[in-house]
Parts: sequence; C-alpha cells; structure tokens
Amino acid sequence: MARLVVLGGGVAGHTTATFAAKWLGSEHEVVVVTPNSQWNWIPSNIWVGVGQMTKKDVTFDLAPVYAKAGITYYQAKATSLNPEGNETSDKPFVSIEYTEEGKAGQVENIEYDYIVNATGPKLNFGATPGLGEGDQLGEHTVSVCTAGHAVHANEKLQEAIEKMKGGTRQKFLIGTGHGMCTCQGAAFEYIFNIEHELSKAGVRDMADIKWISNESFLGDFGMGGLHMKVGGYVVSSKLFAESLFAERSIEWLIGAHTSKVEAGKLHYELLDGSTGEEEFDFSMLIPPFAGVGLKAYAKDGSDITDTVFAPNGFMKVDADYTPKAYADWKAADWPRTYQNPSYKNMFAAGIAFAPPHAISKPMKSPNGTPINPTPPRTGMPAGIIGKAVAHSVCDMITKGDAAHLHEASMAEMGAACVASAGKGIFDGTAAAMTVYPVVPDFEKYPGTGRDTDYTFGEIGLAGHWIKHVLHYLFIYKAKLNPGWTLIPE
Amino acid sequence: MKQEEYNFEKEQFSLTMIPGKFARAMRTCVIWQFFRFLVLNIKMIIVVGKSH
Ligand SMILES: Cc1cc2nc3c(=O)[nH]c(=O)nc-3n(C[C@H](O)[C@H](O)[C@H](O)COP(=O)(O)OP(=O)(O)OC[C@H]3O[C@@H](n4cnc5c(N)ncnc54)[C@H](O)[C@@H]3O)c2cc1C
Repeated sequence: MARLVVLGGGVAGHTTATFAAKWLGSEHEVVVVTPNSQWNWIPSNIWVGVGQMTKKDVTFDLAPVYAKAGITYYQAKATSLNPEGNETSDKPFVSIEYTEEGKAGQVENIEYDYIVNATGPKLNFGATPGLGEGDQLGEHTVSVCTAGHAVHANEKLQEAIEKMKGGTRQKFLIGTGHGMCTCQGAAFEYIFNIEHELSKAGVRDMADIKWISNESFLGDFGMGGLHMKVGGYVVSSKLFAESLFAERSIEWLIGAHTSKVEAGKLHYELLDGSTGEEEFDFSMLIPPFAGVGLKAYAKDGSDITDTVFAPNGFMKVDADYTPKAYADWKAADWPRTYQNPSYKNMFAAGIAFAPPHAISKPMKSPNGTPINPTPPRTGMPAGIIGKAVAHSVCDMITKGDAAHLHEASMAEMGAACVASAGKGIFDGTAAAMTVYPVVPDFEKYPGTGRDTDYTFGEIGLAGHWIKHVLHYLFIYKAKLNPGWTLIPE
Repeated sequence: MKQEEYNFEKEQFSLTMIPGKFARAMRTCVIWQFFRFLVLNIKMIIVVGKSH
C-alpha cells in the first residue's frame, strides 16, 4: 500500500486528493493535511464582501466529504519536509502542526511515498508596512481573500453606506497593496461590485471610487494584458478595462507600489519614481503572495529549503528557472509535469509551484522598486494542474516510478475569468473573459501570443449567469455529489 | 447630455470607449443575453476541452 499526502485542501489540493482517492480506491491511502476545517469557493468571496452571500453560502465542512471519499484528513498545517527521511529512517516524512480545536499546537510526522504541495499562497500582508503583520490582515484596510475577511469587508462597507446615507461623502480605494501583487482580477471584480451596490443603495453620488494597482496599464491582469475579440474587433484588454472604469466613473492610478498604509491614508510610489498619498475611508487591498514558508531538511538534518523551494517560498518544479531577459522568455520555460527536480516523488500544484518568471513585462521605478504584477494562477489552471498531478502520481503508484507523467502547461491551457459587477439575476452584469493560452506563446501565435478565436471578452447578463452557474457547479463538484467527475475543472 | 458624453468630459476617460444606450440595453436584454449565454458556454467548454 502506497501513501499519497496532499498538503492543502484548496482548489488544487482538493482536486488532486479527490481524484487520486477515486482512481486509487482502497488499495492505497490518500491523506490531506490542511489547516482549514472548511472548503471555500474563493471566487464567491467577492459576493460575501458586498453582503450578497453569506460565509455559509461559500463554504462547507471538509470532514464529511473526506470521510465519504475515504481520504484520511488531518486538520493541521505542514511545517517542514524531510524528503530523505532522517537519521533513524529512510522513509520521507512531512512534519505537521495541528490546528484542530483541542489538538492545536501538537506536532506529528507523517510518512509518505508521494507528496503533493498544494498549499496555495501565504497572504503576505506583512510585506507592506501598515497592511498587516505576516499573514494577518491589519486594521486599516479590508480583504476578500478568505471568507472571514470578506464578512469583515462587508461590515465595513455597510458602515460606509450608512455614513453616506447620513450625508458624509466616502472615498473608496480598491486594488493592490504592493508593487509585486498578483490577483488583480479579484480586486477588479470587487471594485465593480462595490460600485453596483452603492448605486443600488442610492448613494453612488456620495462616493468617490478609485482603483490603485501595480499594473503598468489597466487590463494587464498579470498576464501582460491580452488581445481579445470584443464585438467583432480584436482589442487590447487595456481598452476593454478602461471602458469598464470610464463607464462607471471610476478613476484609476496604475503602475503604483503601495509603500505604506496608515489609518485612512495610503502612500505609493509610481513607475516614474514619483511618490504620493491617497486618502480613503474604505480600502480593500490585495496583499502580495508568497509561499507558505515550508522548510526542507536532508537526512542529516541540514537545511535544504533552498534546493526544494525558490526564494519566494514556492516549490521548484520542472520549469526553466535560468534568469533570462524579458525578450528571451519562452512558453517552454513553463512547467509541464510539476515534479520537483530533486525529489521525483514530490509535486507542486496550483499557486504553490514556483513560476519561472512573470508574464507581465518586468518594470522598476528609477529608485529601483520593482512594480509589476506577478503571474496569476487562477482557479481553472489550479484545478487542471491538480488533476494532472493526481493522474501522474496514480500512474507512478500503479505502474511504477517510470510511468509517463501527465502534462498541463499554462502555455497550453486557457483560463475563463468571469468578473461580476453586481449580483442581481436581471440587473447584474459581468465581464466574461477567456484567455487561451494563459502564458502567451509567440512562436505558435506570432501576432498576439494567443489564439484570438478563444481569447474573447464580453460584458452582459450572460457572463453573470455563468458566474452563478459556476458557483453552484463547483461547490456541487467539490462536495463530491453524484456525477462530480463529469464537471470539468 | 447623454450618460456616455458626461463621462467623456473627464480627462482620464476621454481616450477610451464608453458604451452608448443601445450597447447598454443589449447587455441586459434577456433574449439576446440568453443567446449569448449559450454561445459563451460553448466557447468556454471548447477552451476547457483544449486545456485538458
Ligand atoms: C477574492 C478572490 C477571488 C478570486 N476569483 C477567482 C475567479 O473568479 N476565478 C478564478 O479562476 N480564480 C479566482 N481566484 C483565484 C483562485 O481562488 C486561486 O487561483 C485558487 O484558489 C488557487 O488554488 P490553490 O489550491 O493553489 O490555493 P488555495 O485555494 O488558496 O488553497 C491552498 C490551501 O492550502 C492550505 N494551506 C496553507 N498553508 C498550509 C500548510 N502549511 N500546510 C497545509 N495546507 C496549507 C490553505 O488553507 C488552503 O486550503 C480568486 C482569488 C481571490 C482571493
């Protein structure tokens, strides 16, 4: 009997564990180690953050689902890996620390034959003074990155709405909290939902809404922008995004590194080196992401974290990490199998793998401050990678370590992004976008790096309905309800 | 002044495109959007299929 340990019960880890458990059956053991007791459909946190959904609507308990799937579940966080075992045993193991009530703080080692790191991001609020401490959100701004954060964001939003109803103008500042953030799409969606809710509440004219982001142009989205088919034209996402903002009278400040946050005030540095301040009454800033800080030790106890992980804490996989100039970046730099180059029984899936480089053009201010988005690894790629990795591990278990590994390169994979702007079935709209592939391939698609037949954008109710359908479909799938394997990632 | 023209007055918005009344109406026209819903779903399913 082989044991697969999956670290992280998010989009990628849950996909890996549930498929592996289904394919391996009871002959082998699948273990999930994750600090949360609940699964969260993160994209719908946006609607929690504007009071249109509750935390309960976007989460469910993991324990019964894992029990049904025959998965061994530890509510704990992984702290370190010993891929060669230790001085007393050759068996690789992961050290965990329980987070479960009643056991919190207790530590244990779990041996494994195969391990998949799907620990997602550390929400690195501490990287920006005033934004928070470590992975803890500070007191000056709100976040929608977790369901709990989104509940808090909505409380603050409702307070602001009450103030506006009482005649006090409010300034809303939404965007990225650091020069090296990713996940602009989430902030993008949130700002439009805020605008929609303020209009609905009849207080839009009492609000000044502003976007602040590290993108060098609006619509970069951490993918260097995209050229998409819209209404028969192929246009840059810059035009598409600017149109959305202009239509709603939302101003933007781009190429901005948030350098410090204080009560009601944000300090920034721009790509031209100038600095400035923005005041706010309500601010939602996405933190930069880092790896969750797992350590790795060799058999003799020496620290091999640098061998297994990149400096940003994400796990090294089969990418080409050779430092290269932007002009030399290639689609082939991106990983295909997500296998760790040093330890063949170790994989990373979703946000946890170290990308070879950004997708957006790297930029610095004259002061040397890097200001450019880091690459997004959204839900669809996270799920597809999670499934490919599950396939590979199952084949290695059943056919031996020489089994052919399954591939899922982000340069051959699309992503569907539906950014809602309000939740009503008949008055909501959404910008529905698909991009294919996520990482542009200028050898295959010399014009824009992408297939413009499948890279398109559209605004309207239809996208909004799709967003609704996806919410129910993915929660249904994640609960392993009948037919769940038929629903694509 | 039309809604879109009012927005164009602001300097930051003057070089972009702002939908007029017809484009805005089509975005919430249930019959048209139902058709687009089917088209978008088919296109997204193709993208998902190409990605696996
Ligand atoms: C507000 C918001 C909106 C978004 N909207 C969209 C959208 O509309 N469409 C889209 O495609 N994507 C969207 N995304 C991105 C999407 O949520 C991520 O791409 C996806 O969740 C990544 O999956 P993951 O499994 O890599 O990470 P996660 O889903 O974050 O999962 C990581 C898991 O690892 C666990 N973990 C952390 N540390 C440890 C540890 N030490 N040991 C063990 N486990 C650990 C975490 O608790 C978590 O369960 C959005 C993101 C945000 C924040």
